[in-house]
Amino acid sequence: MGKKIEILDVDSRQIMDDIKKAASPPEEVEHWVTIYVMGKPYQVPAGLTIMKALEYAGYRFIRGSGCRAGFCGACATVYRKKGEYRFRTALACQTTVEDGMYLSQIPFVPANKATYDIDKIEPSPTTLLEYYPEIARCVSCNTCTKACPQELDVMYYIQYAIRGDIKKVAELSFDCIQCGLCTLRCPAEIQHYHMAQFARRLYGKYYQPKSKWLERRLKEIDSGMYEKPFENLAKLRENPEKFKSLYYKILHEGMEKEEKRIEDPLEFIKGED
Amino acid sequence: MTLKLIRGYPEYMRESIEMVEKTRDQRIKEKEKEKELALTAEEREEVLNKFHPDYAPGGKRELRVGVNQGEIVPNEVADILEAWPALNPDEVDLNDIDYDVDVLIIGGGGAGTVAALWANYEGVPAENILIATKLRHGDANSMMAQGGIQAADRPWDSPIIHYMDVLGGGHFANKHELVKALTEDAPKIIKWHEELGVMYDKDEKGNFIERWGGGTSRKRLHSAKDYTGMEIMRVIRDEARNREIPVLEFSPAVELITTEDGEIGGAILWNMETKEYYVVRAKSTILATGGWGRLHIRGFPTTNHYGATADGLVMAYRAGARLRDLESVQYHPTGAAYPEQIVGLLITEKVRGMGATPVNKYGERFVFPLEPRDVEAAMFIRECFGKGNCVQTPTGMRGIWLDSPMIEELQGEGAIRKNLDAMYRMYKRFGIDMTKDPILVFPTLHYQNGGVEINANAQVLKGDGSPYPRFFAGGEVEGGVHGKNRLMGNSLLDYNVFGRRAGISAAKVVRNSSKPGKLTLKHVKIFTEEVKKINVPPERRSPILLPDYRGKRVLARKIDLPVMQ
Repeated sequence: MGKKIEILDVDSRQIMDDIKKAASPPEEVEHWVTIYVMGKPYQVPAGLTIMKALEYAGYRFIRGSGCRAGFCGACATVYRKKGEYRFRTALACQTTVEDGMYLSQIPFVPANKATYDIDKIEPSPTTLLEYYPEIARCVSCNTCTKACPQELDVMYYIQYAIRGDIKKVAELSFDCIQCGLCTLRCPAEIQHYHMAQFARRLYGKYYQPKSKWLERRLKEIDSGMYEKPFENLAKLRENPEKFKSLYYKILHEGMEKEEKRIEDPLEFIKGED
Repeated sequence: MTLKLIRGYPEYMRESIEMVEKTRDQRIKEKEKEKELALTAEEREEVLNKFHPDYAPGGKRELRVGVNQGEIVPNEVADILEAWPALNPDEVDLNDIDYDVDVLIIGGGGAGTVAALWANYEGVPAENILIATKLRHGDANSMMAQGGIQAADRPWDSPIIHYMDVLGGGHFANKHELVKALTEDAPKIIKWHEELGVMYDKDEKGNFIERWGGGTSRKRLHSAKDYTGMEIMRVIRDEARNREIPVLEFSPAVELITTEDGEIGGAILWNMETKEYYVVRAKSTILATGGWGRLHIRGFPTTNHYGATADGLVMAYRAGARLRDLESVQYHPTGAAYPEQIVGLLITEKVRGMGATPVNKYGERFVFPLEPRDVEAAMFIRECFGKGNCVQTPTGMRGIWLDSPMIEELQGEGAIRKNLDAMYRMYKRFGIDMTKDPILVFPTLHYQNGGVEINANAQVLKGDGSPYPRFFAGGEVEGGVHGKNRLMGNSLLDYNVFGRRAGISAAKVVRNSSKPGKLTLKHVKIFTEEVKKINVPPERRSPILLPDYRGKRVLARKIDLPVMQ
């Protein structure tokens, strides 16, 4: 462990002030672009995300902003660029503004989710069709796939759903953030993301094998075999130095014990009785 | 035009990337030797004292009001705790009850949803539960956690070893009963998820693929690609919807309601769209409002979701709940430092867990990649601001490289797309291919280590240490579990374990008691009297509900007209 690291003589408070300054938006804006927020033009600094550009322009979100990192689907956005016929979709928090964007935020997607008791379903190739019969209306236009800001093969998984391949639906839809853009664009009125959620749960529950090790551990816990060791540890904490050195011993031996899969995890605490 | 970019990076950054490429083969060969860089206890102290934002002077002050008066907290937290209530208690009529429920859950993220489900399992009918949330159901940090969830379920691991790791990571400040609950319940939680249909990464036998997390002594991290938080959150939300548990969205609680007998009796909600208030009376109330990332402590960028403004801390503190470990803030070592559009966003610890090494401007290793988060973050700051071996971005951010292409070399081609697709996708959106080029990182504000103190039954504690009747908490808002530093994979676990315990405890209250006593907001008035004495500027009100990112130019010209209010 540890070759000694060199001691540095620094002004910690100054460092924190420097970090704060580095993380703040620059005072001077070099390049500007014009965006149209629901038709109204605003000048905003180039290089911002759509979300930050709207805020710069003076909008304060209640709807339309969630995780701000591409995981929650709250900031679904539709837009066209000046002079282009193409209809585009994006996540406002993950897309840079461009000059001439005509932007509109989607605050909510009306869609119905089937309700079910996950414990009472016996999945079969027709299960998805039973709960979401509208998937059979798919006309294979691929508009859903084009609309997906995650670039998933949405139409493909709908096709697999029609054929009853739950595994494929689960895998292909896994990265879905449920923004609902596919569902808004679908001419067949399919509610893709709710159907895919159902398929993934069926797959996770009924098709993925269960962990045996987990079962074994649950039995151990129920048997109460960890109670005494926990008590011993609580007692050992009264001696902080001893406890600390035990911690470092376990931590530093950890990599080797993991690698060799040494199965006697209680060894170190037995002697403490 | 703007700066010329080569595969996503400006030309001058490319020079440093070339140096990283030059040392890569050697570093891969010597990957084993990285553990020699692990710091001793004394070295950890040295680095933390000088380079961790929590230890550097100037960021904190003593609280002047309330139960924790005299304790040190970050300035930004003191500002909202020592503030005038946003709600004027005289403007609401507590006799006109809008929702009369068994269980009120404040917050619709992970903890709140788990609590609702377990209250329901324990016999509280769905229609007698109410989840009130500020944004949408599921808009929470729970949705954004990428790397995974810890549980000791392999034969060569145990809840005891997990317990030790949590204690050591937390600088031995954690509460014993909470860490025991956390580590002992962990396998049960994973089992519950299996039954609900959460798609964890498994091998062909059904055992979980488990990985290293920083500061852990076994591989114990269960994941679902790098969408672990999203996968768990969307499954439990789907289950809550199946059970038709009522959710009021865009209606945050703005003040707790107490009773004449000194219990919690519900909350005042505020509909952010219509601006009307609702009075909720509840037999039991569960606080699940999450953390404080959007307070931007010390000016740091954050990984947190839009609503992480610590409203729960504010409300509970006014009602007389005790807070703990609030002086310790978690900065995640690897936030994105470039490109500017994603500064501060989370680069999951799994990237290091899968083998990517942090290296400086010259392509040199300088730190063991899997120290506990506070130590790792401090080492990054040391390299950037203490030694200057960093890369500066066009907007002035500094960062060190996380050598992601190593993952492809160590784990096989395609490993990034298979396991880190969210990361890959995020960088690709901005023209960077992390399978071929390293990514620039710097610490980012990530987690509230402390919070409202609870006991093992998730009961909130009062100033005198006794349980606050009818009041529970779970998830990031509560404190004591992680001590002074949380380890990776224990936040998803925390919200599941204590959300579950809160739900079960709340259901017990419902079974064993009648309606709460006469509702009052007296506690708000008493607290206001305290605030009056310490000279707080009149505009400082809380809970703040949302951060304000509007541009300076607009705010300078903003006026309120006395019409259309």
